[in-house]
Amino acid sequence: MMARKPVTFTLNGSERAAFAADGQNLLQFLRQEVGDMTPKFGCGQGGCGACTVLVDGAPHLSCLMLAEAVQGRRVETVAGLARGATPHPLQEAFMEHFAAQCGYCTPGMLMAAKALLDRTPRPTRDEVIEAIGGNLCRCTGYAPIIDAILAAANRRTPA
Amino acid sequence: MSVTVETCATAAEAARALGQGAQYLGGGTIVMRRVNAGDQHLSRLVRSTDPGLRAIRSTSQGVSLGAGVTMAQIMAHPDLGFLAPAARAVGGPALREMATVGGNLFARAPYGDLAVLLLALGAQAVMSDGGSPRPLEELWRGGRSGLVLSLEVPRPREARATGYLKVARVHPVGTPVISLAAYLPREGGRIRGARIAMTGMGATPRRATAAERVLEGAALDAASIARAAAVAAEGLEPLDDALATAWYRREVAGVHLSRLLEGLERG
Repeated sequence: MMARKPVTFTLNGSERAAFAADGQNLLQFLRQEVGDMTPKFGCGQGGCGACTVLVDGAPHLSCLMLAEAVQGRRVETVAGLARGATPHPLQEAFMEHFAAQCGYCTPGMLMAAKALLDRTPRPTRDEVIEAIGGNLCRCTGYAPIIDAILAAANRRTPA
Repeated sequence: MSVTVETCATAAEAARALGQGAQYLGGGTIVMRRVNAGDQHLSRLVRSTDPGLRAIRSTSQGVSLGAGVTMAQIMAHPDLGFLAPAARAVGGPALREMATVGGNLFARAPYGDLAVLLLALGAQAVMSDGGSPRPLEELWRGGRSGLVLSLEVPRPREARATGYLKVARVHPVGTPVISLAAYLPREGGRIRGARIAMTGMGATPRRATAAERVLEGAALDAASIARAAAVAAEGLEPLDDALATAWYRREVAGVHLSRLLEGLERG
């Protein structure tokens, strides 16, 4: 019988608790045990960035993180971006700039972009490229994504 | 999934819990890949929440890096500018929040973008089994036992003596064909204590001893750079993998070494 460990953490501002199986990664934990389906499974090897979530404000690859390692920590996913029916400025900008085609990389791109803008509200184009350097997109050719992140940065008012 | 995970409050407990086929789990960027791939050789993982493993301390000689210090921590630290180019060369921003100093030492070749600079600087590993710190080459030669707790990294005597170059086919995030690091301190215009290291030129990061011998006692100029480049791959065993053949790596090692050294010469 596999051991199951209780994990309490904050998900998008709400206290959450669930049981993680031994060796379960954070991505499987969020999707299967917590029910947040927004982080995507791409490669399971740290090569694509589709599973990117924020842990204590910094981007992490949830497929390579042990679920129990988020005990007591703060996790953010795309599910927490919109405020009710109002999309986050990054989501608005992604729609307006056609930054999503198949959409599979989008959750990872959005979280990588959020990590950047939270620390660097007015990034340069090079800083945007650097920030999404670990996220693969096979549809857009990246330019619309970069444009969208820059547009969101220009639109955002200070929190 | 039939793996069990043991979490230890201290590094010493974790070191004791290792053995009998247990694998230490640090940042996860190496071991969790194996877990996700269903590697049947993994049955017990041991990890530690010891804050000492994430500590960065200044020492009389340089800096002590806990084995669990991440690439992102190095990049953010005001006193670690001399390591930052190599830390930045590892993966993308999310990976760098997770990837650790200790893990990079054991990353499968040609990975080891930070380890190659640590080797060039003469860093030594402090092990859980006590004893004096061990040179990295000794650690890699095998028979490694216990857990790496921290690394003692000598601070370069002059910032300009250190050079780093990663050669990858994909940018900004790509596996290195070769990564190179050089530490060439100079006294009276002459190189004293040359150390050059490369990844992709062996199963672990390796020192380019032939090139070091050429540079020792010489001035860093076009002539000495050309002589060092000519022997860059001598005595090394370039990897043959999907990124490049051994032949290619042997051919280009000197080209990239000369580019790195030219950068150092310009200052």
